[in-house]
Amino acid sequence: MWKWFHQLASPPHFYRIAPTFSLVLLLPGLALIAYGVYAGLFLAPMDYQQGDAFRIIYIHVPSAYLSLMAYMIMAVAGGIGLIWRMKLAHAVAASAAPLGAWFTFLALATGSIWGRPMWGTWWEWADPRMMSELILLFFYFGYMALRGAIDDTAKADKASAVLALVGVINVIIVHYSVTWWSSLHQGQTIMAKEGPAMDPGMLYPLLANIFGFTLLFGSLILRRTRTEVLFRERRTRWVKEMILAPEGQR
Amino acid sequence: MMESLAMGGYGAYVWTCFGLAAAVLIINEWRVRARQATVYKEIEVRIKALEDSA
Amino acid sequence: MTNPERHMPSMTSGLLAVARRDLLLAWKRPGDVLNPLFFFAMVCTLFPLAVGPSAEQLTFSGPGVLWVAALLAMLISLNSLFISDFDDGSLEQLLISPQPLPLVGLGKTISHWLTSGLPLVLVSPIVAITYRMPGDVVLVLMLTLTLGTVSLSLLGSIGAALTVGLHRGTALLSLLILPLSMPVLIIGANTVSLAAGNETYSAGIWALAAYAVGTLSLAPYATAAALRISNE
Repeated sequence: MWKWFHQLASPPHFYRIAPTFSLVLLLPGLALIAYGVYAGLFLAPMDYQQGDAFRIIYIHVPSAYLSLMAYMIMAVAGGIGLIWRMKLAHAVAASAAPLGAWFTFLALATGSIWGRPMWGTWWEWADPRMMSELILLFFYFGYMALRGAIDDTAKADKASAVLALVGVINVIIVHYSVTWWSSLHQGQTIMAKEGPAMDPGMLYPLLANIFGFTLLFGSLILRRTRTEVLFRERRTRWVKEMILAPEGQR
Repeated sequence: MMESLAMGGYGAYVWTCFGLAAAVLIINEWRVRARQATVYKEIEVRIKALEDSA
Repeated sequence: MTNPERHMPSMTSGLLAVARRDLLLAWKRPGDVLNPLFFFAMVCTLFPLAVGPSAEQLTFSGPGVLWVAALLAMLISLNSLFISDFDDGSLEQLLISPQPLPLVGLGKTISHWLTSGLPLVLVSPIVAITYRMPGDVVLVLMLTLTLGTVSLSLLGSIGAALTVGLHRGTALLSLLILPLSMPVLIIGANTVSLAAGNETYSAGIWALAAYAVGTLSLAPYATAAALRISNE
């Protein structure tokens, strides 16, 4: 197990196998999303309160979930890189940040569009989840800005890992403080609480989309990391040998 | 058919969201591919140049 | 050589020495202390000019304005936390000294708080009175600012340590610290608002105190790690 792990973490090996793994994630991911989107849009029964507007949930929830998961990957990978000095982990963290920011943006945008027909406003300041999500987006920007500002890759890796770890605690505290804050200011009920049991016809497409988006995200992050590894190892022997090798052997 | 596309009057909101999601996924897929191609090309040019001068 | 303890400075001596040195430096350059205070006063002047001087308006927005202004003033003062030591090389000396680095960083943070947070707390009543804040609310404001600025100094020291030596440090520092400081702002400003509205506000004070204790026990380690990374 340990040996396999080490082999996986070796840059040339990772560079070689990443496309295969990526495809293994991509194809079922696309299939799940195809089912989830179709069933979510046309087969799932209408919500009795929100009508067809609730179908935005099939985009909103998976992206909100991924925005947090990308953050956790970024922080955990950063921590692994700091503690065990694993180069691949830092490359993973670097790749997770922009993807996480994209999904945070998607969660915010769909939340805002959903809010328009439901709450009558594009932006509801008193909704704690939207505020947490917005602060998370700011945090992604700060993380990427710090990475961009440090020229030395090794230094940028470690500094941003420290920032990501500090941020994990912060994300949790932000969530609680924003929830407390909105409980002070909430005039009307923001959103009906989810019922205890969702109709299976509604639930299965949602689960399919959550898994599908996650697989797609995995596929994207693998390939992003692969490029990152190639760039970081550009002066090494294995990259040179790979580039100079005859066509079919790359 | 048109009726189910109209989403009970919420069509504009629902379809914008699904469109945005598709756009974000496609942009990311494209960016991953474009960056891999650029980085590979840059390294290839540099290494081949070094090899020729050697 | 008979008493080895005489040559082994205690754990906190480095902390105290660094704090004393930084306070002395601040005393010799009063501009570094005064500029954030002037900034604080000016931001608080801008708001009535922008939103109108009516009494209800001022009472309503007072706690928020004062807190935002204090947060921004702290942010401005943070920039100088490590930069002069980095420029003249004394930061490197501190890094290789036998003193535990978290405590050395804590010493610098304490002196930073004494020269930025504490003056803000002391000046805030004057501004608060112009915002027609009643006396008991002013006390709550000072208490929340005291606890909040301690957390902000400690959080800020992490950001300052991460960005020390970078070219575009100032803007970057704000980008890193503002998301981190939002819980402090949320709890601080709203606690004062609750007090102004004659509601129970003790939960906010406890939360700020807990946050201050939390950052006090964790932030020095993050700052130390960040300082080592920045100076590699």
